[in-house]
Amino acid sequence: MINEQFFAMGGYAFYVWLSYGLSTVILLLNAVLPARKERKLLLAIAERSREKATIK
Amino acid sequence: MILTRFHKYASPKYFYSWSLKLRPWLATACVLLFVSGLVGALFLAPADYQQGESFRIIYVHVPAAWMSLFIYMVMAASGALGLIWRIKLGDVMARASAPLGAWFTFLALVTGSLWGKPMWGTYWVWDARLTSELILLFLYLGYIALQGAIEDRRIAARTGAILALVGTVNIPIIHYSVEWWNTLHQGPTVSKLDVPSIDTTMLVPLLIMSLAYTCYFITILFTRARCEILEFERNTSWVKERALQMEAV
Amino acid sequence: MNAAKAVLLRDLKRYLRRRQDLFQPLVFFVIVITLLALAVGPDAQIFATVAPAGVWVAVLLATTINLDAMFLSDYQDGTLEQLLLSPAALPGLVAAKIFAHWLATACPQIVIATFVATVLGIESQVVAALGATLLLGSPILSLVGAIASALTVGLRGGAMLQALIILPLYMPTLIFGSAAVHNAALELPIGAELYFLAGLAVMSASLAPVGAAAALKIRLG
Repeated sequence: MINEQFFAMGGYAFYVWLSYGLSTVILLLNAVLPARKERKLLLAIAERSREKATIK
Repeated sequence: MILTRFHKYASPKYFYSWSLKLRPWLATACVLLFVSGLVGALFLAPADYQQGESFRIIYVHVPAAWMSLFIYMVMAASGALGLIWRIKLGDVMARASAPLGAWFTFLALVTGSLWGKPMWGTYWVWDARLTSELILLFLYLGYIALQGAIEDRRIAARTGAILALVGTVNIPIIHYSVEWWNTLHQGPTVSKLDVPSIDTTMLVPLLIMSLAYTCYFITILFTRARCEILEFERNTSWVKERALQMEAV
Repeated sequence: MNAAKAVLLRDLKRYLRRRQDLFQPLVFFVIVITLLALAVGPDAQIFATVAPAGVWVAVLLATTINLDAMFLSDYQDGTLEQLLLSPAALPGLVAAKIFAHWLATACPQIVIATFVATVLGIESQVVAALGATLLLGSPILSLVGAIASALTVGLRGGAMLQALIILPLYMPTLIFGSAAVHNAALELPIGAELYFLAGLAVMSASLAPVGAAAALKIRLG
């Protein structure tokens, strides 16, 4: 069912695909970035407490 | 008994572990809902008689608009929990939801504008509904700016809670503005009391997409909340243990 | 009650003593109207249509810029902390400060605004609507503005942050105030808008002092 007509969206391709595209990009970014931040934070905290342990 | 249990689950430490356990379920539900919603939105739902294929923008516009309002209520309510009952998790949730709310508001405005151009001929109309959504964006931005300007997290959270409660007064005005003004904006397509004025085949994907957006919000909110908690409680032993555990994996 | 009265009188005396503080919002108001006239162009018809709304916006902006006066100087010289320690109910004291601010800055503006509107040739029923909406609306601006002022008092970049916070909260008042003025120009009834403004005024009068007091307590610990 994904044919020429599907991409053309009855002439409204620009509006429909920009809407869906922008929504997808923003939702993906907002999903990926916090997940990465969580990992980075955990790594940083682990690093710091290992350093503190070796100093002790 | 229930209250003490609630307090236990509402503590940052317990929230961290039970939200992590929920994560795979939430993420799966999200993906399933989005896939079925998008299939419905792009393939199964028929094109509108008058608006043609551009009607499909409703499936990303309306959920975003609903979320923008819903998240503000979540932000205000959790801020109130932190302000009045000193529940730390409330502070965390309020701060974590704000950027998501702002993004959804932004999306609602942009998709609404892209929907408006083919429909009404202009990208922007200063009607009550759109203008109120724009005002909501300003409310979010003000809230985020205020929290950022105050260094003490605790004071920032409580100050923000007051601002969010004050801003909540604006929400009913947004909701009822469609009735108060003659505008270009369509009448509300779905309301709790009225029979929806759109066909079921068009309505179902809309409801699924709204569920998908809500599920997404909860998943990401929890992730952001966990980040806040990690930053807040980085010096506690349970956080350090978790971090070392995770590193070992 | 006595404490509130004392705060009210003290603030009024302070405003009267620094008379340039009282004139500045008025001058600012006239400047904004002039800017509007220059920007709109020489066509008298267009300006006549836009002017009442412009007056409302000018009053709103002048109020926004002047909100600092409510709490900032007291914050800087430590009086605000004293007020928080006083046994009198804080919302009452805050209400007194708001009232003083409104009397000193908003009331002259209302007078000047209706005067300027008449001079600009705006029709009398529109001027009346303007006066009525400003009379009902300016307390709302002062009351709600007090909350923003209390939330941001003493913060770095506070003035801009205060404006960013307050302007969205002002918009419903502006919408109904100017809608009434527009309807008056079209000789339509403005009862609904006035009722709404009155309702907003009553609501903010009862809630804003409490909110501002809570904000001050949180900020000043």
